[in-house]
Amino acid sequence: MRNASPKSIAIWTAVALVGAAGWAVLALARGEEVSAAWMVAAALGSYAIGYRFYARFIATRVLKVDKTRATPAERLDNGIDFHPTDRRVLLGHHFAAIAGAGPLVGPVLAAQMGYLPGTIWIIVGVIFAGAVQDMVTLFFSMRRDGKSLGQMAREEIGPVGGAAALLAVLAIMIILLAVLALVVVNALAESPWGTFSIGMTIPIALFMGFYLRVLRPGRVTEVSVIGIALLLFALVAGRWVAESSWAETFTLAPSTLVIWILVYSFIASILPVWMLLAPRDYLSTFMKIGTIGLLALGVIVTLPTMKMEGITDFAGQGDGPVFAGSLFPFVFITIACGALSGFHALISSGTTPKMMQKETQVRMIGYGSMLMESFVAIMAMVAASIIDPGLYFAMNAPAGVIGDNVQAASEAVKGLGYTISPDQLAAAAKAVEEHSLLSRTGGAPTLAIGVSEIFSKVIGGASMKAFWYHFAIMFEALFILTALDAGTRVGRFMLQDMLGNVYKPFRRVSWWPGLLASSAVIVALWGYFLWVGVHEPLGGINQLFPLFGIANQLLAAVALAVCTTLLVKSGRLKWAWVTAVPLAWDAVVTLTASWQKVFSSDPKVGFFEQRSVYQEAIDAGKVLPPAKDMDDMHTVVTNSTVDGVLSALFAVLVIVVLLDAGRTCVRAIRKPETATLTEVPHTESTIVAPAGLIPTKEEKAELAAAGPAASEEGSR
Amino acid sequence: MSALRRAGRWVRWYVREFTDESAYERYVAHVRQHEGPSAPVPSRREFERTRADAREGDPREGFRCC
Repeated sequence: MRNASPKSIAIWTAVALVGAAGWAVLALARGEEVSAAWMVAAALGSYAIGYRFYARFIATRVLKVDKTRATPAERLDNGIDFHPTDRRVLLGHHFAAIAGAGPLVGPVLAAQMGYLPGTIWIIVGVIFAGAVQDMVTLFFSMRRDGKSLGQMAREEIGPVGGAAALLAVLAIMIILLAVLALVVVNALAESPWGTFSIGMTIPIALFMGFYLRVLRPGRVTEVSVIGIALLLFALVAGRWVAESSWAETFTLAPSTLVIWILVYSFIASILPVWMLLAPRDYLSTFMKIGTIGLLALGVIVTLPTMKMEGITDFAGQGDGPVFAGSLFPFVFITIACGALSGFHALISSGTTPKMMQKETQVRMIGYGSMLMESFVAIMAMVAASIIDPGLYFAMNAPAGVIGDNVQAASEAVKGLGYTISPDQLAAAAKAVEEHSLLSRTGGAPTLAIGVSEIFSKVIGGASMKAFWYHFAIMFEALFILTALDAGTRVGRFMLQDMLGNVYKPFRRVSWWPGLLASSAVIVALWGYFLWVGVHEPLGGINQLFPLFGIANQLLAAVALAVCTTLLVKSGRLKWAWVTAVPLAWDAVVTLTASWQKVFSSDPKVGFFEQRSVYQEAIDAGKVLPPAKDMDDMHTVVTNSTVDGVLSALFAVLVIVVLLDAGRTCVRAIRKPETATLTEVPHTESTIVAPAGLIPTKEEKAELAAAGPAASEEGSR
Repeated sequence: MSALRRAGRWVRWYVREFTDESAYERYVAHVRQHEGPSAPVPSRREFERTRADAREGDPREGFRCC
């Protein structure tokens, strides 16, 4: 800042004031309804400052990005997977790859503690942890020709930590797929409109696949336009179906939907990529970008007021119906994507680093994309907070608490400390043309209600509410189903790789018996948790979501441990706190949550305590609510045991990785000469390209000096 | 008008890059540049098939997050 111009000082002071004003209003409001504008101001002001100052500090002082050093894309350019990609295009690619259902679901669930704890974590977490992890992982993977997180863990930490990291990734994938599938089941159950429109995406995708494979190879844009048009038509047609005599056929019970989803995922995962996966990817990417864009626009245009309190009583008491446990650590577990998401490390250490044009662009791609995802999470929080809190709890508390009719639900909500009349509950369901909104857990339906509220204010008014509700459901279900297919494939690939160590042919991806068997194993594993989640008397989301959160944050711990080890080994001990502090925070959160999930004496929180309470009741011949009969009681006992063991396993894995990383760091500090880095040596870069979105004055001069081709590239 | 046309061109360029529709032209340009203007290149159909099959081989390529 030594030579900051007065103009720049004035601009950044103004930005800081906007952010501070947002925070002040959010923090000081008591009892009155706050406009979402303040939340947007707090978020955008903080992001701008984090990006301008902290991210720049990390890029220049900690990582020392070097614009004279050629990236893997420049050195290994093969015109296919390694190629220098324009920074704005890569930003789009990377953002589309990291943003999914995660940032939309977590904040909705966390809203049970009020909007404030979640909002603080989303904004502070992304600036100091999430975006840092993405950017630093991207940088180190780029310096290693795009090696994966697992490979880096093995090579830089050691074989034990590496194996634990690999196992963790597979376990996390299983839980992730089960929870995502559960969200879809809860959104589509008993909803003929939703089920029909989502079902139609299969023939649409098959048609697009055929078009791209046979009719006009590679014409992605035109086929996507056709696909989106068909998709919107399927959405409109869904209403006709729901009103026709076919409605019965598409009104499916949760357990029937589970079977369909498992069958679909298994078949989809063994079909060739071009048939279903690739076209679905295009559809869901366009829907995702479109919906997120519309949502941002809608929030900014309508600036709705938030009806949820800033902090609810559930934050302190930890007895909320959506998920059990107190604010610390469970808000930080529930909101993973959007604040800190381990999964991003898999994207930042795979495809993206192979396409970086300049080292200097890691700030924009790594840190910038994650800020955008964080803003998506903020919008999800807004959407969940603008709906009536009574409706929010009626939708998100498990069926065991809420009951199966509007009278019982109204009573139950009163018991939670909120009010909503049976008529209001019925009217809310009718407004979106659903049979019932009671206990539609998982976040997607709640988000869809919020989205329909916002969108209908911009386009169509109250008569369009039902359409926008199903639009939002469709958009979530679409990319979750795509994720189930893609995730099963990745899980299968990892399993084939592991089994290949025992029996060689497994490693050949074209060996059919191995392919079928490993696909079936992966689907069966997550299918088990999905089945359990749907039949869980205590509520599947309530029980499984914390496991998913712990798993995701565990992966973040692995990624941050790899980053910290690399900072230490490369002689940046002085700066290791940049990733070590978020790592410490993440480890404390994850391990506290695991500890409570395993050892807590509160049966709502601790799985083993829950198990023993229900086991004792079974021994005494009693049925404890919300279980309805002895079968339910046995289900609870089995599920609590499995979930408890899994929590413990996750904690052990993260401790193994942390200990191994610690050992490597200590050795590197004691004997710096033994620290071996697998970094690719410096090669001179000849590409001239700006670091940020808008070229600076110096960069424009460099581009002009580099010749007409480069300067045309820059001005495009 | 020319500003509008430039904006339109930019959007077209961005969409084609974002969807990777331009992958084939990029690859052909790459081969021509490195192996000479008359170097053999696959047809677009062959190229797109190879690309899809590569994803078959390693599903981690192009994997998206939750």
